[in-house]
Amino acid sequence: MVNGKMISSLTAEKLACTRGDKKLFEGLSFRVKAGQALAVEGANGAGKTSLLRMIAGFLAPVAGRIVIKTAEQESDDAEERGKSIGWLGHHDGLKPQLTVREQLDFFAQLYRGIAEANVLALVGLARQADLPCRYLSAGQRRRLALARLWVSKRPLWLLDEPFAALDASGQALVAHLMARHCGDGGIIIAATHEPLGLGNESLKL
Amino acid sequence: MSPFVTLLLRDIRLAARSGGSAALALSFFALVATLVPLGVGADLALLVRVAGGVLWVGAVLSALLSLDRLFQGDFEDGSLDLIALAPLPLELTALAKIIAHWLSTGLPLTVLSPLLALLFNLPGPATAILFVSLLIGTPAVSAVGAIGASLTLSLKRGGLILPLIILPLLAPAVIFGAGAVSLALDGLGSGGALSLLAAFAFAAVLLSPFAAAASVRLNLSG
Repeated sequence: MVNGKMISSLTAEKLACTRGDKKLFEGLSFRVKAGQALAVEGANGAGKTSLLRMIAGFLAPVAGRIVIKTAEQESDDAEERGKSIGWLGHHDGLKPQLTVREQLDFFAQLYRGIAEANVLALVGLARQADLPCRYLSAGQRRRLALARLWVSKRPLWLLDEPFAALDASGQALVAHLMARHCGDGGIIIAATHEPLGLGNESLKL
Repeated sequence: MSPFVTLLLRDIRLAARSGGSAALALSFFALVATLVPLGVGADLALLVRVAGGVLWVGAVLSALLSLDRLFQGDFEDGSLDLIALAPLPLELTALAKIIAHWLSTGLPLTVLSPLLALLFNLPGPATAILFVSLLIGTPAVSAVGAIGASLTLSLKRGGLILPLIILPLLAPAVIFGAGAVSLALDGLGSGGALSLLAAFAFAAVLLSPFAAAASVRLNLSG
């Protein structure tokens, strides 16, 4: 939900991306509707992360545009699009000095989201709530990043290797959260080497 | 709580828990102020004359120690991506970080300065002017420093380049700040120098968030 509006679709039209002198992709077009997930697949260096950063608005496309459609309007403004994005990148964005609860409250307040009392239990970190993040394992850090994503209450999730560092139960948790998000009418675009398990479409770079 | 206040409080909390930045800056400031009288010797008249300049330069260099981490920590651990997607313009993000840096570094340095002025035998009225000049001028150090910190964000060993970028830009602050102390020592009014210092600080705090935000945007696209 963004400003009380759901996103009905995200459309990429003839996108092109270069990094330095290297052309990563061009003429890339796809459309993802509300409630759908898109898996972006490809070899290392194929441009999966660059595509996600382009959708997030960090990286300007060399050509083409990205359009978000709501019930009221269409917009290709990157800044506007950024307000609807929940981001899970390679790095978890966690501070070792802050406790798990402080970290979650910070992002909930920053994103004007809702710090649900049970979200830490949902990701299996209820017992670590008052533990500084420096004591968390890589998998626990990823779970906390997922909790952060959940409380941000953004309709468009951009996930870069969402299963990384997670054990089997953690991967099941990711699948569960993604299914709930899509069930709530959200959109997911995930760069991954593993199947999302959502009956989703995939895009090969 | 607004996103601006949320970010400001988090950065202050991080600075307090890191333990390094403020304590390191204060220790460095105290060491400079202690070593200079040892090097100059017991010439009290000379010490008094150089006090304003030495303490101002010492404060600026001390504040520099923590400036390179202003954006870099968030950039390296991915927080900056998340902050950039928050409903807070990057200009206000930069301003929050400037204020947090000043509160955790510039303000403690200012508070410590009257104590260090004793080592230079600085008279009371001149000490008061030193305190006021640092109170007015150190926000400019954080603000101009934010520009340098954002420019060197993605550079390895950017902290070494940072002083080369921002020290020349801070020359007016040092000139007006130390000048105000000298004028007070001579029994002249320091109002003019302090006004110029305030104007410089105001301009720096007003404009630097825009420059820093533009530079952060550029680095996020890299």
